[in-house]
Amino acid sequence: MPDVLTLADLIDRHGAGRREICTRDSRLRLSDFATRSPFGAQRDRFAGRSVVLAVQDMAHAAAAVIDLDGLARRILLCPPGWDADAIARAAALAEADALAHDEATPPPLACEIAAPVRLPLQTRGEDPAPRLQTEWVLPTSGTSGPPKLAVHTLETLVGAIQPAPLQEWATFYDIRRYGGLQVFLRALAGRGSLRLGSPAESINGFLTRLNGITHILGTPTHWRKALLSGAAALISPDYVRLSGEIADESVLSGLAAAFPQARIEHAYASTEAGVGFAVSDGRAGFPAEWLTRRGEVEMKLVDGSLHVRSPRRAQRLLGSDAPLVDSDGFLDTSDMIEVRGERCFFLGRRGGIINVGGAKAHPEEIEAVLNALAPVRFARVFARPSPITGALVSAEIVLNDPSAATRELERELIAAARARLPAHMAPARIRFVADLPMSDAGKLSRHG
Amino acid sequence: MSIRELVRKEILAVAAEQDKSLPPLTDDLPLLESGLDSLCFAILVSRLEDETGRDPFANAKASAFPRTVGELIAFYELIDA
Repeated sequence: MPDVLTLADLIDRHGAGRREICTRDSRLRLSDFATRSPFGAQRDRFAGRSVVLAVQDMAHAAAAVIDLDGLARRILLCPPGWDADAIARAAALAEADALAHDEATPPPLACEIAAPVRLPLQTRGEDPAPRLQTEWVLPTSGTSGPPKLAVHTLETLVGAIQPAPLQEWATFYDIRRYGGLQVFLRALAGRGSLRLGSPAESINGFLTRLNGITHILGTPTHWRKALLSGAAALISPDYVRLSGEIADESVLSGLAAAFPQARIEHAYASTEAGVGFAVSDGRAGFPAEWLTRRGEVEMKLVDGSLHVRSPRRAQRLLGSDAPLVDSDGFLDTSDMIEVRGERCFFLGRRGGIINVGGAKAHPEEIEAVLNALAPVRFARVFARPSPITGALVSAEIVLNDPSAATRELERELIAAARARLPAHMAPARIRFVADLPMSDAGKLSRHG
Repeated sequence: MSIRELVRKEILAVAAEQDKSLPPLTDDLPLLESGLDSLCFAILVSRLEDETGRDPFANAKASAFPRTVGELIAFYELIDA
C-alpha cells in the first residue's frame, strides 16, 4: 500500500472501466490516464514543482489535476475568470515555480517551467519519481476582499465521501470551487461518470445534456435559475444537492415540487472548514441539537457565528500568519446563525451585514422572506447608501409574472415584508428586474 | 407636481407605510416632533432622490439640515431651482 493517497488511487477504488468526465466540448476517459497525459512528454518537468494551474476550460483543468496529483508538490487551482494580477498574486503566495496554461493564451507569469494543457491526452512516460502527497491550494470564493488561499490535501478533501452504489453525477459548479471539487472527487471515487457544465453554456443547455444522471449539485442560485427556466423538467435525478449558499424554504419546496421522486439535501461546506454536514429533512436550517452533537465534525456558536471543528478543514492559509483555528481547534466560519426553537437558521455572512442606523440586517435573511412571497421568484437584497442612516435596505426582484411589475405591487411587497420583519429590515425600495447576476462561483452576485 | 406637493405627498406615504400618525403638516412643524423617526426620514430622502434625481443631504453639513417641514421643502426647492 502506498503511504500517500492520490487521485489515481481514488479512481482505482472501483476501476476506471468505461467511466468518463464529459463537458460540452470534451470527453475524458479515466482509463486513459494510466498511460496518457495532457502534457505528453513534458509531464516529467512538473515533478516536485509548485504548479499554477490557470486554464479556462474545465475539461482541461480536470485532466491536469488528475495528471499532476501525486506528481507535483503543490497545485494552485485558479478559478476561470481570474485576471493576470489575481493569478500573479496567488502564484507568489504559493511560491509557484511552474505554470500549466492554455495553449492559446498563457498568462504573463514568469515561471521556471511552463507547459500548455492539451486535449486529447497524449502518450506519456513512466512516473519519474515516487508519488508525493500533493498540496491542493484552493482560493475561497469570498464575496468581499481578495480570496484566501486554503491548503488541503486529498485526505482532507475526501474526508466526507462515503462508499456508495452507482452514482451518475453532474454539477453546475466549476470543479475548481470547493463544492464542484467535492462532486469531482465523489465521481472519481465512485462507480459512475461525471458531466460538467461549461462557462459559456446556459443552464438550459447544460440540463439538456444530462439524460441518465442520478445525482446533481448546484447552488440555490443555480437551482432558482433552473426552476425559473422550466428546464428542470429535462432531468429526473434520484438525488439533488445544494451547497454554497443558504438554502431557504422557497428553493427547497420548489425543488421538492419539481423532483418529487428525489432526495433533496442541502449541505454546509466551505473551502476553509471543509464539508460540515448535510440536511435532508426538506427544511431550511438544521436541528439545534447538532450544536452539541459529538462526532467527527463538531460545532458551536460564538457571538452568533458558526464555529466548526473538523478533520476535513484546510490545514492553513497561504500568506497568513493568523491561526486558522482557536485553541480548541474550532474554525470561525463567519456564517451567522440564529437559533429559533429547535432549529438553527443561517442569517448570512458576518461581513455582509447592512447597518441601518445601528440596526443590523442580513441580506440573506431578508431574501428568504421575500422569496417566500407568492409573486416573487427570486430576490436580491443590498445596501443603498443613505445620508440619514448610513444605509437602507433595497431589493431587486424577479417576478413569477414579469407583466405584474407595477408601483402598486412594489408597495404590496414592501408592506408584506414589513409585516414579517423588523422595520429596518423591510426594503425601502424594490426594483423589478428580468434576471439577477450570478458570480463566477455560481452564487448570487453581491457586488453593485 | 410641485416640489412642495411631492415632499408632502411622500411624507404622508412613508408615514402611512410605517404606521406613524402625523399632526397636521404645517410649514413650522419641527421634523423631530412630526412622529417620523430616522428610518422614516432615510426612506423619505431616498424616495425623493428617486423622484427628483437630487439628494440635497449628500453635500450638506449636518448643521445645515432642515429642522421643520417648511425648511425640508425649501431644501429640495433650492436645489431644484
